[in-house]
Amino acid sequence: MSTMQVVNVHKHFVKGGHKIDVLRGVHLDVHKGEYLSIIGQSGSGKSTLLHAMGLLMTPSEGEIYFQESRIDNQPARTRDRLRNNEIAMIFQFYHLLPELTMLENVLMPTMIKQGALSYLAHRRENRERAKELLERVGLTHRLNHYPRELSGGEMQRTAIARALMNRPSILLADEPTGNLDREAEGEIITLLRQLNKTDNLTIVMVTHNPAIAQGADRMVQLSDGYLIDPTKNPSKNFVETV
Amino acid sequence: MYIFYLCLRYLRTRCIAFVSIICVLLGVATMIVVNSVMSGFTAEMQARIHGILGDIIIEGFSGDGFQDAEGVMQKIRSVLDNDIEAMTPLCATAGIMNYRSGGLWVTKEVIIVGIDENTKGSVGDFNEYLQHPENRKALDFSLREGGYDVDDHQAQTKRSPDDEPERPEMAQAGWEFRRDYYSIYGMGGASFESGVQPALEDDSFDATMEEGSSEMFRIPPAPEPYDSTPAAPAEEGVADPFGEPIHEFDPQKEQHPGGVVGISLVMDRSGSVSYFYLLPGQDFRLTFATVSRPDKAPQAVTAHFTCVDLYESKMSEYDSRFVFVPLKRLQELRGMADPYDARLNRVNQIQIKLKAGVNLDAAVEKLRESKVLDPARFMCRSWRENQIVLLQAVEVEIAILNILLFMIIAVSGFGILAIFFMIVAEKTRDIGVLKALGASSNGIMSIFLMYGLLLGVVGAGLGMLTGFVFVWNINEIAQWLSWMMGRKIFDPDIYYFYQVPYQICPWTVGWIVGGAVFIAILASILPAWRAASLQPVDSLKYE
Repeated sequence: MSTMQVVNVHKHFVKGGHKIDVLRGVHLDVHKGEYLSIIGQSGSGKSTLLHAMGLLMTPSEGEIYFQESRIDNQPARTRDRLRNNEIAMIFQFYHLLPELTMLENVLMPTMIKQGALSYLAHRRENRERAKELLERVGLTHRLNHYPRELSGGEMQRTAIARALMNRPSILLADEPTGNLDREAEGEIITLLRQLNKTDNLTIVMVTHNPAIAQGADRMVQLSDGYLIDPTKNPSKNFVETV
Repeated sequence: MYIFYLCLRYLRTRCIAFVSIICVLLGVATMIVVNSVMSGFTAEMQARIHGILGDIIIEGFSGDGFQDAEGVMQKIRSVLDNDIEAMTPLCATAGIMNYRSGGLWVTKEVIIVGIDENTKGSVGDFNEYLQHPENRKALDFSLREGGYDVDDHQAQTKRSPDDEPERPEMAQAGWEFRRDYYSIYGMGGASFESGVQPALEDDSFDATMEEGSSEMFRIPPAPEPYDSTPAAPAEEGVADPFGEPIHEFDPQKEQHPGGVVGISLVMDRSGSVSYFYLLPGQDFRLTFATVSRPDKAPQAVTAHFTCVDLYESKMSEYDSRFVFVPLKRLQELRGMADPYDARLNRVNQIQIKLKAGVNLDAAVEKLRESKVLDPARFMCRSWRENQIVLLQAVEVEIAILNILLFMIIAVSGFGILAIFFMIVAEKTRDIGVLKALGASSNGIMSIFLMYGLLLGVVGAGLGMLTGFVFVWNINEIAQWLSWMMGRKIFDPDIYYFYQVPYQICPWTVGWIVGGAVFIAILASILPAWRAASLQPVDSLKYE
């Protein structure tokens, strides 16, 4: 059973009067509980693909399905709710809110989900869950620190905790280790692997680092806007069938 | 929830927010201070004018006045009987006041008002402005023995008894002073004002003056006897129209008809102490014109009066212009008295005080419509209408000032606008993150609108407090500023209030605060809309 399907997605940008095709008909099927990595050169469109999957942008053409229903043409409200509840993302630059402490950053998706009254009513359990998640990513002693006081690895682990806050079905990771040293990189990859194993969390990770990509259950390559499965026939453009 | 949370957090952590708050704060505080002081001034001024004029003023069109004040009052009573608390007739004319001080004659341009001592106090606050406690209860044109206030009884701050009196000279005022003063003058001894040459005076004007002394220090003139009314210069030979046989007048025992003199005509202030050129007990002269008669053009009349009290309404215009004398005396001198029937004496004005709670404009309207007073001969106006030019001028002034000051808040609105655009630019990435986490465009917009609202509310609230604190301590601040700058900021010689008056009007404050908050929200709409329309991906791409 697939969690997310990408069907014939095209994306082009217009820059300075020139049309640039970034995605030229991508098909991808993400299975439930899968740990999938998308590898590609810088500028190959892998981030664009991930953003389209994360509903941060609308594809120029094609369709995206989440749990068998089409989501890319849904109204903004529905897409906001999906981003909040089902499709979580982590980024290369962590993107934590600098004014908030680690704990508050982790709580943010819940704050967005719940109204003021409902949030205050569930304040204690929300905080419990946030603490639990931070504990799980190994940051128990950093609850009330601000992002600027933390290392890159710690920030990325906080971002992962934040992504998990609303119990999403799928985690989209955009170069999660792109800015980290080897040691931190190892920790993050181990953490993702662990989450995939123990929680059966579906993970789609974009990276340009083949060593990291190799660690996934499945690896696909994005090249010139087409998706190739390097494990099958690397010489031919491979289009994954739906 | 995140909307409130982020708003409060941004408010707390962004230094730039304080700049916006200060913008609003200053605007609001300035407006509150200026409005409070202006309305304090207006209220004070209106109270004084109202106190002097009564509620309704009936005036004759002719400067020579109208006859039968009693009959006119009867007619008014027939219309407004139940509404009237008191009425008083008045007689007013322009004139010149002379008095001697330090051996020199002082000449002042004045308005002479003849008042009825029994009823004048009942139509307004006239009596309250007098300096003798007994006169404040009931005015008497006879000189008091003594006991005049040595401090301003209207001063808002109560002075402790140990303080130096503001008006030490007033302690001597009264009969005692008159006896001393005229014993020196009357005996022809050394000049009262020792060391001052009275040689400059030319007393040939005085009919009873003893002439002929060619000495360096001439004998000061004895005050003229009662009713000498040395009318016009002798060379013109105008006969005194009310000539009565001259009798010996002893200034140590007798007084001329009493007069209440505007305090600024006879007083100077230096620092906190006031100096008087004329004290109650001394005499002064008034020169004014008689009314016209078919066979006679108006002519100048000079008469002597004894100052029995000083009038201090704290409206410098009134305090430096008005001299009040007994109505009867003025009518006689001006030829307004009817020799056969006192009821037909002419007056210029009737002032009416209405009972509390009576609608002033309605009463004026009722009086006009009833036509009991011939509209061709009488002018019937409320005190506001009487002083409409001044009152409207002040109102226009306040309106213009408010428009100008509101521009200050508008400027702070643009400050907020600019600062908000900066904040949005700075927060672009965070906005993207929030959207990626599922925040809606409306939510993002709400954050910034709420932020604007918060800045407005906090700024206006603090501004209101600042304004209040400033207003409540405005006199201390004025003093401190005077001390800092070495010159008087609020000169009582100009305004005649010892303290800056203020009046905080809740409605005005409400408008100011509401307006400031509104402008803050208005200024945040555009940046908020821009923030909401950002594409999350654009804001997330770059670090």
